[in-house]
Amino acid sequence: MDALDLARWQFGATTVYHFIFVPLTIGLAPLVAIMQTIWVRTQNETWLRLTKFFGKLMLINFAIGVATGIVQEFQFGMNWSEYSRFVGDVFGAPLAMEALAAFFVESTFLGLWIFGWDKLPKKIHLACIWAVALATNLSAFFILAANSWMQHPVGTTFNLETGRAEMTDIWAVLSNNTLLAAFPHTITAAFLTAGTFVAGIAAWWMVRLVRQGQEEKAREVYRPAVQLGVITMLIAGVGLGISGHAQGQLMFEQQPTKMAAAEALCSTTDGASFSLLAVGDLTNNCEGVTHYIEIPGLLSFLANNDFSSELRGVDDLQAEYTARYGDGETDVNYIPDLTITYWSFRLMIGMALGSAALALTAMWLTRQGRVSGNKWLARIALWAIPTPFLASAFGWIFTEMGRQPWVVAPNPTGIDEIRLLTMRGVSEVVSPTEVVISLAVFVVLYTVLAVAWFRLMKRYAVEGVSDTEKDVSPDNPDNQPDPDDPASADRPLSFAY
Amino acid sequence: MDLSILWFGLIAVLWTGYLVLEGFDFGVGMLLPFLGKDDKNRRVMINTIGPVWDGNEVWLLTAGGATFAAFPEWYATMFSGFYLPLLLILVALIVRVVAFEWRGKINTDTWRAWIDRAIVFGSYVPAILWGVAFANLVRGVELDADHQYVGGFFALLNPFALLGGVTTGLLFLTHGAIFLALKTSGEIHEKSSKVASTLSVITLVVAAAWAIWAQLAFSVAWTWAAVAVAAIGLVAVVIATRLRREGWAFIASAVVIVAAVVLIFGSMYPDVMPALNPANSLSIEAASSTPYTLTVMTWVAAFLTPLVLIYQGWTYWVFRKRISAEHIPEHAGLTFAQVTARKDTASAARS
Repeated sequence: MDALDLARWQFGATTVYHFIFVPLTIGLAPLVAIMQTIWVRTQNETWLRLTKFFGKLMLINFAIGVATGIVQEFQFGMNWSEYSRFVGDVFGAPLAMEALAAFFVESTFLGLWIFGWDKLPKKIHLACIWAVALATNLSAFFILAANSWMQHPVGTTFNLETGRAEMTDIWAVLSNNTLLAAFPHTITAAFLTAGTFVAGIAAWWMVRLVRQGQEEKAREVYRPAVQLGVITMLIAGVGLGISGHAQGQLMFEQQPTKMAAAEALCSTTDGASFSLLAVGDLTNNCEGVTHYIEIPGLLSFLANNDFSSELRGVDDLQAEYTARYGDGETDVNYIPDLTITYWSFRLMIGMALGSAALALTAMWLTRQGRVSGNKWLARIALWAIPTPFLASAFGWIFTEMGRQPWVVAPNPTGIDEIRLLTMRGVSEVVSPTEVVISLAVFVVLYTVLAVAWFRLMKRYAVEGVSDTEKDVSPDNPDNQPDPDDPASADRPLSFAY
Repeated sequence: MDLSILWFGLIAVLWTGYLVLEGFDFGVGMLLPFLGKDDKNRRVMINTIGPVWDGNEVWLLTAGGATFAAFPEWYATMFSGFYLPLLLILVALIVRVVAFEWRGKINTDTWRAWIDRAIVFGSYVPAILWGVAFANLVRGVELDADHQYVGGFFALLNPFALLGGVTTGLLFLTHGAIFLALKTSGEIHEKSSKVASTLSVITLVVAAAWAIWAQLAFSVAWTWAAVAVAAIGLVAVVIATRLRREGWAFIASAVVIVAAVVLIFGSMYPDVMPALNPANSLSIEAASSTPYTLTVMTWVAAFLTPLVLIYQGWTYWVFRKRISAEHIPEHAGLTFAQVTARKDTASAARS
C-alpha cells in the first residue's frame, strides 16, 4: 500500500470510529435534557432517577466522542495537507465556527452540568444540559456544512493564479441544499440511535423486572423510558425517511455516479428498476453484475417522481466525466467502487429495520398502560441497540466512498468549478512509514478504548436505575445551610471525579 | 488594518488562552504522582480542574480550526511537517480526556492506577511537546521552495527546541502548582504552595535562559519588551509564592505565559513559519486566506469570543470555592464484577 491508501484507511477508520459515539451523544443529550425537564416541571423523582441513569451513560459516551474528535481537527493538515491548501479558504471556516460556536458551549456547560447539581439553581442547571444538547446539534450543522461542500462545492470560485479554491459566499456554503438535506438526515439518525438506545435498555429492564415479579418498579420507572424512546424512534424514523429521500433525489442530480454505482446501474435506462439483490464479480466491472431481485420502475420514481424517467448508467457517466473533468487524462475511473457503494447503501437502510422492530414490538406490548415480561421483547431490544450505529456507519461509508475518486466532487449540474481528486489531496511530505506508524497507533489505542467503553456502558446499563436519587439543588429547602451549624455550609461535593 | 495581520494576532490570542488555561490543568496532571500520595488527595487535585479542563482544551481545537480557516498554508505545512510529534500529542490528549471522565466510573485500585498513569502521560507529553514545536517555529525549520517541511522528525529535536520543551514543561508545572495552592485547602494546599515556591526558582532560571537565547539568536529588537515582562513575571512568581500570595502568583505566571506567546509570535512575524533558508519562509501574506474569508471569520470571532469569555468566566466563578479532602465524597463508581452485588440488590428488592 502507498501513502495514499494508508492515509485513506486511516481517515476512514478514525472517522467511522468517531462517528460510533457522536450520534448517540447528539441524540441522547436532548433526551436527557427532556427527562430532566420533566423532573423539574413535575417534581416526579422517577424522572430524576432516569436523568441520572441515562446521564451517566451519556457521559461515558461523551468522553470518548470528544477524545476521538480531537484527531479530526488535526488530520486534514497532517494527512491531507494538499487538500487543506486547496480548500482551506472555504473548508476551514465551518470548522473554526464549529469550535467557536459549539465546542466551547458543549464542553463548558457539560462541566457545569456534571459538577453543578448542588451549586446551581434547578432551572439554571437544567438550562446547562439544554445548552449542551443544542450545541451538539449545532456542531453537527457546521461539520456537515463542511462535508456537504465537498459533495456540492457551492459559494466558491477557482483562483487560477494561486490554484486554490476561494470562498465567495459564506451564506451559500451554509445554506447549501446538500447540507439542508444532510443535516436533518444525520440528526434524525442520531435521534433514532438515542431513541433505540433508551427504549432498548429500558425495555430490557422492564422485561427483567416483570419476570422477577417487580411489576410496580417496571411500570413506574422503565415503562415511561420505553415510551420516550419509542416516540423518539417514531418521529426520527419518519424524518429519516423523508430527509433520506430528499437527499437521494439531490444526489441523482449532483453526483449521478454515486447513485448509479449504488444501484449498479450499468447503462442508461428508462424506467429503471430498484435493485434489491445484485451480485457482482467484485472486479468493479459493471458487466459482471447480475441483478436477481428488482422492483420495476421504482428507481426512476425515487429519483424523479416518475416511474418511466431516464436514469444515467455507469458507462455513460464515465464517458461524460472523462470528457468534462478529465483535463486531458483518460485513465481515471470516475465510478466509485460498485460493491462497497451498492452494499453500504442497502445495509444503511436495512439496519434501520432493527429500530423499527423494537419500536413496533415495544409499542404493542406496552399499549394502554401495560408492562411486558415477554422475553422476545428483551431479545429484540438487545439486538436493536447496535443497529442504528451500524446504519450510520454504513451511511457514511456509502456517501464518502460514493464520492470517490473525488475528495471535492464536481457536480454536472454546473457546480463544478472546484474539483479535486482524492489522490491529489494527500500530504506530500508524510512518508508511508509515518502513516503506518500512526495507523498502527490508532488501531491499538482505539481498540483498547472501545473495549473499555463497551464494558463501562454495559456495566452501567446493567446496574439499572438507582432506587432513590436525592434532590441536591440549592433551591431545595432541605439543602439550605443550617445557621446554627457553620459546617453545614461546607458539605462534600455532590459529585467528584 | 490588514486582516491577515489581525488574524495572526488572533491565532496568538487563541494559543494564549489555550496555554494559560490548559497550562495549569497540565500542571495539575503532571504533579499528580508527587503531591497526591493517596487517592483522596489525588482526587482533590483532579477535582480542582474537574469542571473546567474540557473547556480549556477547546481553545486548542479553536486555534487549530482558526489556523485552518485563516492560514490554510500554515495549517497544512505545520501539521504535515510535524506529523509524528503531533501524533504523540493527539494520543496523549485522547487518553487524558477519557482518563478524567472515566476515572470515577470504576471503583477499584487497579483501574485508578491505570487511569492515573494515563493522566500523567497525557499531561507531560503535550506540555513538553508544545514547547518543542513552538521553539522550532521560533528557530525556523527546513522548508523547500513550495513551503513543504522537509527537515524530517529528528531535526525537530535540536537543543534549542528541547530546551523550549523543558521550559514549557516547567512553566506549566509551576502554573499548576500555583493553581492548586489557590484552589485547595488542607494538605494539598500546603504541599503545592511549597512545591510552587521551589519550582518557581528553577523555572525562572530555565525560562530566562531559553528566552534570552531565543531573543539573541532568532528575534527582533522589540520583543525584548516581552522578555522583560516575562522576567518580571517570573520574579514576581518567585516572590509571590514565597509570600503565599496565591492569587498574585497565579496572575504573574499567567503573565509569563502571555509574554512567552508574544515573544514566540513576535519573533515569527512577518512569517508564520520562518525557514532556515529565509527565501523559503512562509509569510503571513502567503499563508493567509482571502480577505473575504478573513472578514467573515472576523465577524464570527468578534461576536462569539466575548461570549465564550463570559460563560467560561462564569464557570470559574461557580466553582470558585477551595476544596480539600473533606469535600471529596466516597467513591460512587461500580466495579466490573457485579454478580454478587446484583444478587444482593435483587433479593433486597424482593424482600
